[in-house]
Amino acid sequence: MAELKLPVDEEKIRSLRVGDFVELTGRMITGRDTAHKWLIDEYREDVAPFMENSVIYHCGPVVSKNDDGSYDFVAAGPTTSIREEPYQADVIGRYGLRGVIGKGGMAAKTLAGLGEHGAVYLHAVGGAAQVLARAIPRVERVFMLDEFGVPEALWVIEVERFPVMVTMDSHGGSLHDEVEAYSQAKLKELLGLSA
Amino acid sequence: MGASNGHIETFVELIRRASTELPSDVVEALQEGRKAEESGALASIALDTILNNVEMAREDSAPICQDTGTPVVWIHHPVGVSTRALKKEFEAAVREATARKYLRPNAVNTLTGGNTGDGAGRGIPFVHFEEWDESRIEVKMILKGGGSENVGTQYKLPESRLGAGRDLEGVRRAVLDAVVEAQGKGCAPGVLGICIGGDRVSAFEESKRQILRPLKDTNPIPELAQLEERLLDEGNQLGVGPMGFGGKTTLLGVKIGVLDRLPACYFVTVTYMCWASRKAGVSIDKGGEVTWLS
Repeated sequence: MAELKLPVDEEKIRSLRVGDFVELTGRMITGRDTAHKWLIDEYREDVAPFMENSVIYHCGPVVSKNDDGSYDFVAAGPTTSIREEPYQADVIGRYGLRGVIGKGGMAAKTLAGLGEHGAVYLHAVGGAAQVLARAIPRVERVFMLDEFGVPEALWVIEVERFPVMVTMDSHGGSLHDEVEAYSQAKLKELLGLSA
Repeated sequence: MGASNGHIETFVELIRRASTELPSDVVEALQEGRKAEESGALASIALDTILNNVEMAREDSAPICQDTGTPVVWIHHPVGVSTRALKKEFEAAVREATARKYLRPNAVNTLTGGNTGDGAGRGIPFVHFEEWDESRIEVKMILKGGGSENVGTQYKLPESRLGAGRDLEGVRRAVLDAVVEAQGKGCAPGVLGICIGGDRVSAFEESKRQILRPLKDTNPIPELAQLEERLLDEGNQLGVGPMGFGGKTTLLGVKIGVLDRLPACYFVTVTYMCWASRKAGVSIDKGGEVTWLS
């Protein structure tokens, strides 16, 4: 397994391939359904510096607020990424993201965007909210907390050895496409249907 | 049981157990899956991470998954108990469990997009009541996550695309199709709760109730027991694997219930429960004595 420091450059990202297991260290941001629409409705200048050459994490965490006003992530696994499919490629392009972390994989438009802009799709283990929360030692700041609520807000976080698998790369590779093709063929075989 | 807050504290503890302690039958099924996968493959890394996560959650009394789901609750009660009062108490327990971070604030106003902030909302939690002859109250619940809820589905047979007619062979075909459609998106390896028959309302409820069953139990209806076993085996041949990374462990269990149906309708309803199959139960006797059900 390789450690990948954030921010990261395009060359490094293009060296990653489907099937690689990497651990991320550095600063990244969370964003899910409401955030993606909001990021596309207008260019958000205040948030942009936290996204350039970094990654966005599809995550709606459980968060506790400390007495000094700071926050901690109590549980922080990935949410299903496919809901961001209409927006993701554009968010990557406009904000200069180098990666997306989520679960379940994404589809053709995002895969094309990863190739065009030099980015990867990183799969975190769904439901592993404790393992992943422990890899998030610090919450730096939060955008749109009052407007969007805890799960949908954009949280700027620091991660340490945050474990993810590359399941879509910048060369058109997608583990999700491979697995789906295999399982579809196997289904036809089990049901005795012609391919 | 203090009369002052009724059952609220018991219900909070029930929610804490469900959210933070994965039942042993589910842990064992995950461990068996781990043994079946090749060391070093993404499938085994995923299962190691999952098993590690389950331990951490138990030790820290923290949510296994940040999507703490919708509490879906079945309460059996003796004659004369106020179901309205029990429902209010359960709602209060959800608010308290949310404040204590056992639950994420998970109720979103569908019209405004705002979060209620305390975990309770219109239709959340979802509580079913049934009167029985016993003098105790029994509460069973699942926490049903949203990612896996999105891959749940309902077929109406016949379905020509699958060559699925109105019989158990047709049911088999529909269920296997549902597993392929779900891929890893429901956080595989999952547990399938299935209802054959019923209508579009009753069938989904029954399919969710099936999730409560122990993974190693045997369906009392022999032909359904046989179908459950076959679907578990064939589902795991589909190669979806943990998280959809490919592998041998796609399903942890298949549980099938049956309801009678209208002559015109033949539904096959599939609830997909993620690997974090969170379920818990408690029995409260007449004197207020609490017994936790495994």
